[in-house]
Amino acid sequence: MSKLLGEIQKNHDSLLQDWLKRLKSTVQRHDLITDQELEAQASEIVALIADVPGGTTLDDFTGEGWQPLKAMLANISVSRATAGFTPSETAIFILSLKPSLFAIARQQRSNNADELFSEVLAINEFVDKLALHTTDSYIHGRDQIIRRQQEEMLELSTPVVTLWDGIVALPLIGTLDSARTQVVMESLLQAIVQTNSRFAIIDITGVSTVDTLVAQHLLKTITAARLMGAECIISGIRPQIAQTIVHLGINLQDVITKSRLADAFRLALERSGRKVVRIDKPNDGNAANSRGV
Amino acid sequence: MERIPILRMGNYLLVTIQVDMHDKLALTLQDDLTNRISEVNAKGVLIDISSLEIVDSFIGRTLANIASMARVLDAETVVVGMQPAVAITLVELGMSLPGIRTALNVESGMEYLRETVAAHEGSDDAIGDSREV
Repeated sequence: MSKLLGEIQKNHDSLLQDWLKRLKSTVQRHDLITDQELEAQASEIVALIADVPGGTTLDDFTGEGWQPLKAMLANISVSRATAGFTPSETAIFILSLKPSLFAIARQQRSNNADELFSEVLAINEFVDKLALHTTDSYIHGRDQIIRRQQEEMLELSTPVVTLWDGIVALPLIGTLDSARTQVVMESLLQAIVQTNSRFAIIDITGVSTVDTLVAQHLLKTITAARLMGAECIISGIRPQIAQTIVHLGINLQDVITKSRLADAFRLALERSGRKVVRIDKPNDGNAANSRGV
Repeated sequence: MERIPILRMGNYLLVTIQVDMHDKLALTLQDDLTNRISEVNAKGVLIDISSLEIVDSFIGRTLANIASMARVLDAETVVVGMQPAVAITLVELGMSLPGIRTALNVESGMEYLRETVAAHEGSDDAIGDSREV
């Protein structure tokens, strides 16, 4: 095996050229990566394979000597995941190294079929491991992106707004799942305590779908708020959602529902003994007077 | 024995739960409170649970029971200052306590009691007046 590594070291440049040729002939996303970058990455990988410390073998991929290469591949995969490469494009990048390595093996062992076969087998296994490692890192990178976005969404999506003294509103946007609803529930109840609010308006204009689970969560939130001494009003139920709610047999009888946030707000104001009135504009009064005169 | 103090303020009884409730304590409170209500002819009971941080289904049910008993004895009950965590726990336990009146704090709880009791007394007076006439 180490013989093969020696050959790789010797044929470092030709290997790199051969691989690059293949890389460019297969799939290269010119929109995502430039030739220079690709060349730099490829030459770094070849260099890492060639400069592996003595005593390291191809079949010992978990060994100490391969750590720099693995780290390098992980970096490349994560950056490709962020850049928008597909998983297969990322894997093919490494897999296309195979034929180039086979060519080297063939040059050296063309006279002995058995040796050539075992060599090819070793290369095959090695490159497969590299590719698997790349795919793993790629998926890991994607997962990180998804997780970060989820966290951001969680933060973005639960603002509790104070509409008036003693009236808070919670505009819900997007899809509600268990984790989000938990956060929503807690932040609403916290806000009720902090602002001493007797009324809480949950506006679901921005909620695309309501299923039994979401409805159940909403009802739980409303009940919890009631236990704390606050009254909840749901507003912004869209026609489709109203239909779904009735079809699902969800009981919203004990919950006050209003079609618009404005109606809910007005109700909350009324119940807390306030009223919104229009103050006549001074201009209007003058106009009426002048007309009267 | 450990007891929860019951304070009297005019027609109202005030109970502030400031220790962790255990089952025996809850039952003692239920006994004491019902006795006090009939003793002083209270019209309203205010239970402040703002310091209560742990609640189980038994405590929840006892609270509901106290409210129903008080109603039978002609007194309104209002539970005030429930912590969010306690509210969530009760809801998750499936106890929505439909019979209990709640308020955010002692102030709004007292306000509620005064309003309802005044409404009741107002109607009583009305009956008395018509009799006199």
